[in-house]
Amino acid sequence: MTPRLALTGITKHYGDVAANEDVTLAVMPGEILALLGENGAGKSTLMKVVYGVARPDAGTVAIDGAEVEIANPARARSLGIAMVFQHFALFDTLTVAENIALGAPEHPLSKVDERVRELSQRYGLELHPERRVHDLSVGERQRVEILRALMSSPRILILDEPTSVLTPQAVDRLFETLRQLAADGVSVVFISHKLDEIRRLATRCAVMRAGRLVATVDPREQSEAALARLMLGADPPSIAAHDSPPGAVALEIAGLTVHGSERRHWLHELAFSVRCGEILGIAGVSGNGQTALMASLAGEWSGRSDSVRLFGEPVGHLGPAARRARGLRYIPEQRLGHGAVPELSLLDNVVLTGDALHRRGVLHRDEALRVAESVIRAFDVRTEGVGARAASLSGGNLQRFIVGRETLAEPRVLVVDQPTWGVDVGAAVAIRNALIGLRSRGCAIVVVSEEIDELYQLCDRLMVIAKGRLSPAVGAHDIGVDELGRWMAGLWPAREEARA
Amino acid sequence: MNLPLALVPRAQPSRALTWLSPVAAAVLTLAAGALLFALMGQDPIQGLRIFLVEPLATQRGWSELALKATPLILCALGLTLCFRANVWNIGAEGQLIAGAIVGGSVALLATSATSRAIVPAILLAAALGGAAWAAITAWLRDRFNANEILVSLMLVYVAQLLLSWLVHGALRDPQGFGFPQSKLFEGAARMPLVLAGTRLHIGFPLALAVTVGAWWLLARSLIGFQLKVAGLAPLAARYAGFSSRRVLWFVLLASGALAGVAGGLEAAGPVGQLTPTISPGYGFAAIIVAFVGRLHPLGVVAGALLMALFYIGGELAQSRLGLPSALTGVYQGLLLFFLLMCDTFIAYRLQWRRTAKTMAT
Amino acid sequence: MESFVALVATTMNAGTPLLLAALGIVISERSGVVNLGIEGMMLVAAVLGFTVVHWTGSYGLGFVAGALAGAALAVLFGAMTLGLLTNQFATGLALALFGAGLSAFIGQPLQGMTLPARGHDGIPVLQDIPVLGPALFGHHWLVYAALALAGAVAWFLFRTRGGLVLRAVGESPESAHALGYPVRRIRFAALAFGGACAGLAGAYLSTVYTPLWSEGMVAGRGWIALALVTFATWRPARVLLGAYLFGGVTMLQFHLQGLGVEVATQLLAMTPYLATIVVLALISRNPRWIRLNMPASLGKPFNPNA
Repeated sequence: MTPRLALTGITKHYGDVAANEDVTLAVMPGEILALLGENGAGKSTLMKVVYGVARPDAGTVAIDGAEVEIANPARARSLGIAMVFQHFALFDTLTVAENIALGAPEHPLSKVDERVRELSQRYGLELHPERRVHDLSVGERQRVEILRALMSSPRILILDEPTSVLTPQAVDRLFETLRQLAADGVSVVFISHKLDEIRRLATRCAVMRAGRLVATVDPREQSEAALARLMLGADPPSIAAHDSPPGAVALEIAGLTVHGSERRHWLHELAFSVRCGEILGIAGVSGNGQTALMASLAGEWSGRSDSVRLFGEPVGHLGPAARRARGLRYIPEQRLGHGAVPELSLLDNVVLTGDALHRRGVLHRDEALRVAESVIRAFDVRTEGVGARAASLSGGNLQRFIVGRETLAEPRVLVVDQPTWGVDVGAAVAIRNALIGLRSRGCAIVVVSEEIDELYQLCDRLMVIAKGRLSPAVGAHDIGVDELGRWMAGLWPAREEARA
Repeated sequence: MNLPLALVPRAQPSRALTWLSPVAAAVLTLAAGALLFALMGQDPIQGLRIFLVEPLATQRGWSELALKATPLILCALGLTLCFRANVWNIGAEGQLIAGAIVGGSVALLATSATSRAIVPAILLAAALGGAAWAAITAWLRDRFNANEILVSLMLVYVAQLLLSWLVHGALRDPQGFGFPQSKLFEGAARMPLVLAGTRLHIGFPLALAVTVGAWWLLARSLIGFQLKVAGLAPLAARYAGFSSRRVLWFVLLASGALAGVAGGLEAAGPVGQLTPTISPGYGFAAIIVAFVGRLHPLGVVAGALLMALFYIGGELAQSRLGLPSALTGVYQGLLLFFLLMCDTFIAYRLQWRRTAKTMAT
Repeated sequence: MESFVALVATTMNAGTPLLLAALGIVISERSGVVNLGIEGMMLVAAVLGFTVVHWTGSYGLGFVAGALAGAALAVLFGAMTLGLLTNQFATGLALALFGAGLSAFIGQPLQGMTLPARGHDGIPVLQDIPVLGPALFGHHWLVYAALALAGAVAWFLFRTRGGLVLRAVGESPESAHALGYPVRRIRFAALAFGGACAGLAGAYLSTVYTPLWSEGMVAGRGWIALALVTFATWRPARVLLGAYLFGGVTMLQFHLQGLGVEVATQLLAMTPYLATIVVLALISRNPRWIRLNMPASLGKPFNPNA
């Protein structure tokens, strides 16, 4: 049988980095192929080539046996290829119907509604056509994306990390839709790094590592450990074990309520505490209030003074510098533009949170130099030197630098948002070890992460944030992944007794 | 529209081009200028000579250059602070006029018995006048989130009308035969000269001193660091705990004060009185100077000298060749256009689109 | 009653150049591009329109020249911001400054010149209705064309697929590109339309409104039009209202003088600028409301090759 999609020898370099190196892959009609790999393995780049968003440096693409040139997304769509992006390509202020109509230029505006109704019935994707996209939940937005992709009756449907923003229940519904599509003869390519989902859904799995295709297996016949080994090239690194009992209460949140301008920035009466020498993890699908929580803890958003207490002192009304002076430090999720200024040098970037590096309005550059050099040395940051622009560092190295900058300041409380997002394996291990090290020195740490594995590795206690509310805290060993997933959908047991 | 060349982002901005770009832009502008001369029926070489060489041929010529560059340097230094902080103060012209009005009003208080001590008083008043005018923009942006581009620009028109009203009325010279201008300032209120036989006054050394101060501020002070971060990455500024409000007020008041001083220097210096046309658009030319100077104090001085050359060249072209004096404005606009075009290549480079295998069909 | 008629008539007259320029800005900003150079474009179109009418005697040709000049400058702006990816704000400022210089340069020999007499303005029959006639129906045809254009722009934006695509491009060019739409081409077209409208407005000012050329005669109307579009949250109906409102404010100074109000001309002349500032302050107070109504990609660069 001729493959519907055949990639031969695809190579794509971005500067020095080989995003794809000689990748050869075929997808059959009606099959669900999973493309597995870590962050940065080259999965998205490969699919961008197929969708015409990126041009390969070498290699060919063939549809139904005929070689084609895919110069841009319009061409891809005319060849029957549709893509659902990880970060949706939707227009927030337009309605669902308008968004879908934009994805279906062949259909006259008046006929769009009819086709939408037809498709949503067939694939179980219910939607109100008049609602504006910015009012929709993430799961609903994804439904709009998928529906729009389906309007052109594609023969190849690519989904890029579709479940990263979904609750487990929404994931089930998505999988049903995809199985129905495959049964109708559509080839589905499903990009993910989530081993359990791939094993549930896919009939074949192509594993990528460092830009190369390393294996093609049937995921249903492989254990998660085996898939992980293929994905990482070795056994997943182990983290140092931990056992000391936590100390005094370092950080206490009580009655934290925020009404941000967008609904995903609302927090309702949050309350929890963290002790010295413990790591508290907060799990949750992004968009459930993490941004507001982080900003409130760090002092970027200030509120009622007693909503946040540091060693008993109310600091809720204080800004970031005042909180740093009292021992609270913060590592934001976004490196470039938030944790560091991309155009400034590493030397300048240490001054950002280096409150001791300026006195009476004058900068002390020689001290800043010393600090920057010690961060680079201690955290093995690969860079030309302290004068290098932050933007010139790779993601992993910049994260090492930022973590190093905050860690070397010996905080008493550290708040971290997505510590190893988009970071290579080596850096991830180093960063997690740094956090463990801080903990053993008595620091109280709050980690917000979407990587459940990471949370289990690092944390003593776990909580879940969903729709601006917090679940009870439980010991990390006392809750399994399935139940955690339920909690992430907001389904945790109500508690009458006061939180610990 | 698929040209065979594409613009591809560079991994790192090209440092060489950051400084080459203004030079290239200047050369292109002069080439365009030569073309313009030819189109107007003039000998391009002759035209370029009058524009470029003649103003620099004598000591007096250089003194005039420095004189013209003074208000440009002062305004552009202030704008450098604003633009670096991503505050788009387009109303320096209005702040200059406000400074001229207040400084000039103080100068008009002088009598033949007034001492030279009035000079610093004039400059201080001018600084306050300019800062107050800029404070309106700052307050509207701070309190109401009003766009500073439009507000500061509207205030330019208001300032011009205010000046016109004053020199037609309250400040008009009673012995002036009804002309819309103020009395000529007393000798004591005029800016002291630094070079005998020329019109060059203390404004130029003052401007150079401010340049050094501005360099130090940006490179070594906390507020300079804060304003740079605010302009490059506002989220990072918030993360650091820097007050964006403090940065906003600082840069606007500073640039208002500097523009005001420039206005006071013009009124009490070469002009010697208040007239409706106290400034041939220095506040707007300073915007170009700031860009050409790469938002760097030393570059600003070089850019100001170049722009001053255009002003003087334009005046010479008018008196010698009978060309419209508005030629200067055309040159200034062209310089900025060419600069923006050349700047593209700092962040991007050209690449041939691949032929054969991956060419668009 | 006479002053009421005069007020309405002069308001429509004065509001027309603002309306034309603003409608053009609505389309180009809806595509996500900010062109701050409107003032410069209007000035160049004004001087060229005046020149053409002066030399050919045809007002129609003058309007065509103005529209073409505006469109050409807008295309230059597009080549720089969309092709060379220059900063939109700086390039727009450059265009404003260049346009001011160029128009002064071209117009220097034209100072003091007059234009040939124009045909009779106004709609026959309707013009003769008492009170309403001279107030509403006695104007130059471009006044009515501007009103029709407002309706056409509204219909285009909200009832056609082309308008939907334009709004989508302004909302998120990355998403539109991912869906296969030619973002750059659409933005170029939007800019050209905006330039042509600004050009018509400029030519109207120098050939009909005050048939003369003097340096800087646009007097900030381009900037006011930019502010106007923000006040009106990029909706043609509100733009129409705002343009006439500001036209009225501009005319107010003359009517107050006529009524014997004793205030200096210069102070009265400040009213449109001060009014712009006040409205800007009131409108901007709620940044969230503006952000919800604004084309989200306004002013941000978009490089499909990145």
